[in-house]
Amino acid sequence: MQARRVGRDGLLVECASVTEVAGAYAALRAREADLRAIDIVPAARTVLLDGLADRDAALELVVALTPARVDGPAPDGAEVEVPVRYDGPDLEEVARQWQVTSAEVTRIHRETEYVVAFCGFAPGFAYCTGLPAHLGVQRRQDPRPRVPAGAVALAGEFTSVYPSSSPGGWQLIGSTALPVWRPEADPPALLAPGTRVRFVDA
Amino acid sequence: MREAHAGWLEVLDPGALTTVQDLGRPGWAHLGVPRSGALDQPALRLANRLVGNREGAACLETTLTGAVLRSGATTTLAVTGAGCGVRVDGRPASWGAAVPVPAGAEVRVGPALDGVRSYVALAGGIDVAPVLGSRSSDVLSGLGPGPVALGDRLPLGRPGRASYGIEAVPVPRGDRLRIVLGPRADWFTAAALAGLDGASYEVAADSNRIGLRLTGLPIERERVEVPEELPSEGMVLGAVQVPPSGQPVVFLHDHPTTGGYPVVGVLVDEDLPVCAQARPGDRLTLRVVG
Repeated sequence: MQARRVGRDGLLVECASVTEVAGAYAALRAREADLRAIDIVPAARTVLLDGLADRDAALELVVALTPARVDGPAPDGAEVEVPVRYDGPDLEEVARQWQVTSAEVTRIHRETEYVVAFCGFAPGFAYCTGLPAHLGVQRRQDPRPRVPAGAVALAGEFTSVYPSSSPGGWQLIGSTALPVWRPEADPPALLAPGTRVRFVDA
Repeated sequence: MREAHAGWLEVLDPGALTTVQDLGRPGWAHLGVPRSGALDQPALRLANRLVGNREGAACLETTLTGAVLRSGATTTLAVTGAGCGVRVDGRPASWGAAVPVPAGAEVRVGPALDGVRSYVALAGGIDVAPVLGSRSSDVLSGLGPGPVALGDRLPLGRPGRASYGIEAVPVPRGDRLRIVLGPRADWFTAAALAGLDGASYEVAADSNRIGLRLTGLPIERERVEVPEELPSEGMVLGAVQVPPSGQPVVFLHDHPTTGGYPVVGVLVDEDLPVCAQARPGDRLTLRVVG
């Protein structure tokens, strides 16, 4: 794989797709002891290696990873079931965008198998991938000033659960009572990158 | 009977913004957790050494206006970072040195005379409950204790060793920001990149712990025909992010872990304290070093 230099001790590993990010992240985490990075941060098309003890050695390791080896099936991460009440205020809007019924939206959302590609926006906010490309969702024109913790939401190619109450522009289709972010727990985030996720009826 | 804590510190006036800070919580960025921690880390480490703490103990970080505190126990304190007047029960005390504080004494950390952020270390450190291994207050995500407020009583830890350090306090920080180009320097015009070295920018008033906002010659993008932004990618401390306005933002310790604007370059770590102490209206000069 290819990487760009970031500052004096970072590398930005480039991926062709979000699926490749999931594979590259799993492969890089598996080599954590050799990489000696302070942070390994997956995102939409990249994995950042920050605070490398020996960047040249890390770059050699990254270059030796081939996309064929990382773009395989979903990584063998932990599996989490999220019980959902499909009572979100934007269910009708998503049904309109997908040109299906609300019941069909919830069926598709339940029957899709997801993998957490990366976290961002807020601690524990997981970008879960798995929806087919043609089921992209446009964000709200006017973001809500406050979305409650536990809101189950869609935007772009992703679904997520709001880990804590915050402003937000995602379309809300339901809610879960399962806490996904508990900073006092180990691990603090239920939906860490690489985790496989299924949404089920509460 | 032993008390749970060695003492406490009461906040009589928190000033504009006073937060508890240590060396932050690196290592959690993959979960969306900002690094946080003191913006001027050499100053935090120095303050801790002066009072005999380990370098990463939690201190108070004040912002421009200082703070007024009262210690519930006899202790030792040191103030570093932005230069300011220090008074204990009304009497002038040394900045940048270990100062004895009698039980019940009022400690006045004056407004910053140079720089922005002063660090107040107390023997034993501030012993609020750590979150993900750090006591730092993160203004972006809300992790850690909130900014200190009038009437707060902050617990103090037990002092480590009895002897206090004496050392030379570093000289002023200068006004240059050295940057290493990349990872997205190819988003900008050759002219913009050539102009970066030596370019002078003014520090904007809306700078904060998340980012230092700079105003000056816009850094122009090459790919004006590309309507959308970069897909979100991991951001590092010191990243110089360039939004469509072309006015750069240097990411400081409470920065978001991912961002969608291209990063033209990254500051060298040694110049982060310059950002921590740059006042609105100050002029800083960029130097490209790689």
